[in-house]
Amino acid sequence: MSGCCCSRENSSCCGFETVATVSTQLTMRDTLGAWKVRWGIGRMNYKVEPGLYAVGKPENTSSVLVSANYKLTFDSLRKELSGLDCWLLILDTRGVNVWCAAGKGTFGTDELVNRISQTGLSDVVTHRKLILPQLGAVGISAHEVQKRSGFAVAYGPVRANDIKAYLASGNRATEAMRQVRFTLYDRLVLTPVEFVTAARKFLLVFGWLFIINLFAMRPFGLSDFVVCMGAVITGTVITPVLLPFIPGRSFAWKGWLAGLLGTIAICQLNGWYSSKTWGLALGYLLALPSISAYLAMNFTGSSTYTSFSGVTKEMKRAIPLILISVAVGTILVLLKSLLG
Amino acid sequence: MKHTYLKNVVTLNLDKDKCVGCGMCAVVCPHRVFAMEDRKAQIVDKDHCIECGACAINCLAKAISVEANVGCASAIIRGWLTGSEPTCDCSSGECC
Repeated sequence: MSGCCCSRENSSCCGFETVATVSTQLTMRDTLGAWKVRWGIGRMNYKVEPGLYAVGKPENTSSVLVSANYKLTFDSLRKELSGLDCWLLILDTRGVNVWCAAGKGTFGTDELVNRISQTGLSDVVTHRKLILPQLGAVGISAHEVQKRSGFAVAYGPVRANDIKAYLASGNRATEAMRQVRFTLYDRLVLTPVEFVTAARKFLLVFGWLFIINLFAMRPFGLSDFVVCMGAVITGTVITPVLLPFIPGRSFAWKGWLAGLLGTIAICQLNGWYSSKTWGLALGYLLALPSISAYLAMNFTGSSTYTSFSGVTKEMKRAIPLILISVAVGTILVLLKSLLG
Repeated sequence: MKHTYLKNVVTLNLDKDKCVGCGMCAVVCPHRVFAMEDRKAQIVDKDHCIECGACAINCLAKAISVEANVGCASAIIRGWLTGSEPTCDCSSGECC
């Protein structure tokens, strides 16, 4: 990010706030940073400074695009702006993406109005128009913003990669640009964080199993690890990826069904359907699909098409069943382990 | 492939008498729940509503009501446990 504005001919120079110019090219470091946050490393502190930025050589008539200060959001926007001259007004969303921040109100009317005055935007541009990402509408009241700041809000496309087409067509978004999707790729990139978060908790469980092993008749081994990890992967990766292909509507149901099939298969491979170990198999068949169900249910928060009312309804049905079957299943597994 | 969630659960409501036909709801809805007909908004696909609330806060005629909240299980559980409004509190290191 550059220093003095005086070196650029189009800046509203000296005495005014310095406006940094941003590149539309991502570096290796940006790509690596994106990869890290997708795996949940330093995800909560991946931010850029809020404020006004220049892309290319914008003039006082250039468009102003508004976005969030999550660096992943900022990067995916600026890499779509190559060859354009425009302003970026970055709100302080505490490093959260536009949609989630709008839901929390940090990408909101107050922040936008304050940021407009803090950056002196009305001295930088002569027009009074802002282009916001459509998903920001959850937190922004366009008519409020107009009333309080004098700036008219236009909602641009949902996805940054449609922004060029939007600007080129005179700020018109097609139906497709206005629609949120949830493609296989969209779901796939979300799964590492889901898996890492769940797996961390499961390490604690394995810690307990290790202690139990000290006085168990049938110590837990690799086969137990595989069947348990299978349930975690089913809930956090397989179910999200196969989401629309698994029959049923509720996430918990989809996770349970996938978890059941996986557990049946792994128990079979481990040869647990014998007269001596059927209790173990039954225990796992009760506990593990329910754990997959729970993890899949948590994916509602990452999905783009669930409602609060829907998730609440689903949870009220699923959670009691999950708790009971996990409890009974765990008891059966522990009995088998301790008594042999 | 269009994803479909549970049916007949959402709290979305439109008061057509109040609608001034600005069309903002149809613009902001990320699931295309609204359509404009005869300069009035209409709910055409209610089951795809996710209760995000974008339409309601951008409706200058206050013609739309919806109990806007997050469709996120871990946020709802946190709400149940703490007795507070469910918020997608990403800063705690979980969720969205």
